Amino acid sequence: MPNATIECRGVWKIFGDREKEALAAVRSREIGKSQVLDEFGCVVGVRDVSFDVAEGEIFCIMGLSGSGKSTLIRHVNRLIDPSAGEILVEGVAVNTLAPEALRELRSRKIGMVFQNMALLPHRTVLDNVALGLELRGVDRTERNATAVNTLERVELAGWGDRYPDELSGGMKQRVGLARALAADPHILLMDEPFSALDPLIRRELQGEFMTLASQMNKTTLFITHDLDEAIRIGHRIAVMKDGALVQIGTPEDIVTNPKDDYVADFVAGISRLNLVTAQKIMEPPEAYTTQHGAIDEKVCPRASPDDSLDRLTDLAVGSPHPILVIADGRTVGIVTGRTLLRGIQGNRSGDGSQATT
Amino acid sequence: MDECGLLNVFECGTIPIEIWVSDGLRWLVANYRPFFQALKWPVELVLRNFEWALGSVPPTLMLAVFALAAWQIAGVRLMLGVAGSLLFIGFLGVWPETMTTLSVVFTSLVLCLVIGLPLGIWAARSNRFYALARPVLDGMQTIPAFVYLVPIVMLFGIGNVPGVIVTIVFALPPVIRLTNLGIRQVPNDVIEAMLAFGASERQLLWKAQLPLAMPSIMAGINQTLMMSLSMVVIASMIAVGGLGQMVLRGIGRLDMGIATVGGLGIVMLAIVLDRLTQSIAQSSQRRRGASWRERGPAGLFLKWMGKIRTR
Repeated sequence: MPNATIECRGVWKIFGDREKEALAAVRSREIGKSQVLDEFGCVVGVRDVSFDVAEGEIFCIMGLSGSGKSTLIRHVNRLIDPSAGEILVEGVAVNTLAPEALRELRSRKIGMVFQNMALLPHRTVLDNVALGLELRGVDRTERNATAVNTLERVELAGWGDRYPDELSGGMKQRVGLARALAADPHILLMDEPFSALDPLIRRELQGEFMTLASQMNKTTLFITHDLDEAIRIGHRIAVMKDGALVQIGTPEDIVTNPKDDYVADFVAGISRLNLVTAQKIMEPPEAYTTQHGAIDEKVCPRASPDDSLDRLTDLAVGSPHPILVIADGRTVGIVTGRTLLRGIQGNRSGDGSQATT
Repeated sequence: MDECGLLNVFECGTIPIEIWVSDGLRWLVANYRPFFQALKWPVELVLRNFEWALGSVPPTLMLAVFALAAWQIAGVRLMLGVAGSLLFIGFLGVWPETMTTLSVVFTSLVLCLVIGLPLGIWAARSNRFYALARPVLDGMQTIPAFVYLVPIVMLFGIGNVPGVIVTIVFALPPVIRLTNLGIRQVPNDVIEAMLAFGASERQLLWKAQLPLAMPSIMAGINQTLMMSLSMVVIASMIAVGGLGQMVLRGIGRLDMGIATVGGLGIVMLAIVLDRLTQSIAQSSQRRRGASWRERGPAGLFLKWMGKIRTR
């Protein structure tokens, strides 16, 4: 992908004193995480990870705690140096940057939001938001003006003079977000930003973040352990397990076509109504007509291949007839009530159409 | 029993540390005394200034300065406490001695900070340096002061300046230890955030580590002051003047009266300094409320100035 904003190429991270030996061993022999710990006393944090994030894309990395996702995201701004592999940000190899250039990259191009906010307790909200600009050497009047504007964007206008410990968790994370946005970076690194918040505030902030992200066209790497959040926010999702990426795909791919049991377990409880489209579940018109005879096309409700199951359900409730899926004026598929129900349920009993026979 | 044999190996010989140390010290004195004399110069400079400032101001004015400072730092209650303690000291008849002691204590505090803060910062950044420094700091705090009184007299002479040096040896460790501790206690996530937004090492130190370590550093300053005060009697054995000298004279003459007066003066001074530094430590943590411009005597003064100008 030539226009990728973030590229990771075969990134490995092994923690421990015998990092090099352990890396060589892991690469030459197929040994697992626990074996590396036994033999070398090293912990495998990230295991041969490669992915691209396109400009303006929101890329979610989803995994349980300990799967290495927080370690992985810290490679992008080189808070952690990789044991092997390469990370390119806008075409520049991050691991070879000189200290000065690295600071420049961090303060201009990358904004980061942390799970535990990590605000400076001895500074006002305004000074916290202006931190990146201050570190870069922007003078006080200019950076304060920018910080005031950014606080307005996250709906905290007028809170600039307060201190972080006077704010609620949700407000603190808005400050964290404002701090990341203030320097107007191209890239946002979000390390489980909403995980520590209660569910209502979390949804509210997710919504606001999506609005901001689409307005400002930031390339975002978003870490989460919550699949619902990943599906809500991400254009693409990568599922991570034991340091390795198990599957990368759109939310629909992940939910309808899990690559292995691990991913399948994850997506088992996810509502498919808004993710799965008609073309995934429809039967060919011929198969239907051979079984049930010809259909009266005039009375049947019509849908397009991109309509969600939610929309199809509305149509099915309103009519006793099967739904025709029309593309370019031609009937490309048929959705019956049964296929629709199977589609909502998922591929649990194999192909949905089997149940109708 | 006192013959060398398997049952009494200690009679077979001893390590001649006593001779080594004496010879070593004699050699140092013979060859490097000018070097150590030159070290006295900065100490003397600071001490002369404090002696001049504290000694030349009339007592009543000095008392007012302390009381107003206490009011500014912590409010009216501390002002009353400080004023009361200082009045008591004054009416004990030991005001000049107290000022001498105070200038020795302040001088050692200033020099402890000048030496201790950078070393504390270094210790926080380098585990190796901290590992090396720890036994030295332990030694400085545990070796009885009388032991190093001798070499200091031989190298630096007697009087207030060597007195300050003895006090520094004893009172320096808390500044280093607590600066180190304060910086090491800064949460890792704050440091990570600073780095993620492009902080350099220096910015990290000045904008995050030192401000967040401030309460701990202030505790170190408080301890250093208290330890300096506890040294004044011992230091008076090498001819340091002031309250300690009174206590020493009391011991020499078995004069309980004069020893008590000197002792009371030291206690009152200790209380005043302790309360003052503790309030500074607290106000460095408490950032809310009125700024210094709006409270205390400075606030009143500025308000009054404002009224005159608007008139």
